[in-house]
Amino acid sequence: MGKQTIIPFGPQHPVLPEPLHLDLVVEDEKVIEAIPQIGFVHRGLEKLVETRDYQQFVYVAERICGICAFGHSMGYAETVERLMGVEVPERAQYLRVIWHELSRIHSHILWLGLAADAFGYESLFMHCWRLRERVLDIFQKTCGGRVILSVVKVGGVVRDIDVAQLKYILDVLEGLRAEYEQICRAFLKDTSVKNRTVGVGYISTEDALGLSMVGPFARASNVDYDVRSLGIGAYGQLSDFQPIVSSDGDCYARMEVRTREVVQSIEIIKEMILRMPQGPIAVDVKGAPADGAESSMVVEQPRGECYYYARGNGTKYLDRMRMRTPTSQNLAGMTVALAGCDLADVNTIILTIDPCISCTER
Amino acid sequence: MGVMKLAGMTLAGLVKQPETIQYPAEEKPAIPGHKGRVTVDVAQCILCGICQKRCPCGAIAVDKASRSWTIDRFRCVQCGSCVRECPKHCLTMDPARPAVAAKKHLDSFEVPERQKTKASAAKESAQS
Repeated sequence: MGKQTIIPFGPQHPVLPEPLHLDLVVEDEKVIEAIPQIGFVHRGLEKLVETRDYQQFVYVAERICGICAFGHSMGYAETVERLMGVEVPERAQYLRVIWHELSRIHSHILWLGLAADAFGYESLFMHCWRLRERVLDIFQKTCGGRVILSVVKVGGVVRDIDVAQLKYILDVLEGLRAEYEQICRAFLKDTSVKNRTVGVGYISTEDALGLSMVGPFARASNVDYDVRSLGIGAYGQLSDFQPIVSSDGDCYARMEVRTREVVQSIEIIKEMILRMPQGPIAVDVKGAPADGAESSMVVEQPRGECYYYARGNGTKYLDRMRMRTPTSQNLAGMTVALAGCDLADVNTIILTIDPCISCTER
Repeated sequence: MGVMKLAGMTLAGLVKQPETIQYPAEEKPAIPGHKGRVTVDVAQCILCGICQKRCPCGAIAVDKASRSWTIDRFRCVQCGSCVRECPKHCLTMDPARPAVAAKKHLDSFEVPERQKTKASAAKESAQS
């Protein structure tokens, strides 16, 4: 038995896009235990709900995270709409789903690029990010921004997508899909990628359920849970939706789930565009949430289920706004996956949970 | 054997047009509808202050006494709330990229007195 050493990992580390600190207890080259620590980017955004009214807070909510910016603004708006009993027009619900699924595509492709970079496949990383630019171009043309979109408001959306732009989205996604399939082949069939991911960071289904893991991290361990299958909003209008799962529970399975989810999102957007109803895109929301009124909402963010809670106090300022983000659910699973792995695999395992520390700390 | 899976795509890059542009020698054209700087048509402004009230980051200040409309562009987050809420539609978003500012400053505009219409003049005289 070798001597145990503690290696500090992060918060500044080349593989980490966001600040997460881990104390890795290692024995020779094996990680015995990983102790996570967060708290480097806390901004107190939930507290701002006391100084921004419920309509202004949409713009704070979407700044929680740069990758799932749209999802957070949508989740917050839906929570407040439920709090105030507002019925959102059907067209606005469809538009929200289109933008939300585009966010998922760009998030997953960004993650695939980071994963490729983590195991040293530079050209794959560049191709992934090149494709992601196409999605950002769609955002730029339809929303006027590339990352922070500011298109959601309480009661609907502020911009419509006309027929020409809908056709443009379809054309871009069709072109993207052809190139994306080549990238998928590299991720799922390349021997050098398999060598770094197959059998690494295994999590069993029982562990995934016991640790309340969510999102692609849980679905790769055969947990059949995806908020989209609850049919909230326009997701209920989909002809069919089956969560993508894999039973292997290793890094390869997590990558496979995400690669297949991009194709699934493209299909969802296509269906939404083909069935897009006509009508208004927003309703006027006046007044304030009732004193003591409470509401909650769940949204499937690219990293998993995100829970929102709001409480009114009779004024236009909310009494409480609370979010529980997918990464906070997945950190426990990450420490289990890290226990017993090789030191060289730590960066790959951390990346496969797709940690978003900005969301987690807010 | 699963090797060279990306070779086709990578080699095709040798003959394709580059994906990037030679910035700053070459600039991407501004896209219509893109968010940008808030511009004000002071001739239409009635100093109602709705833009100031709706701004989520307190970037706009409207002073009726001195008839000034001021924006702090370093606080503005380009959400477009002011543009949407303006009852006179005197605020717009200009997607053109301005020159980089060397130091922080406020952009202040003087709102001219509006010429009285016949209807408003009649209303005023009736009140007096």
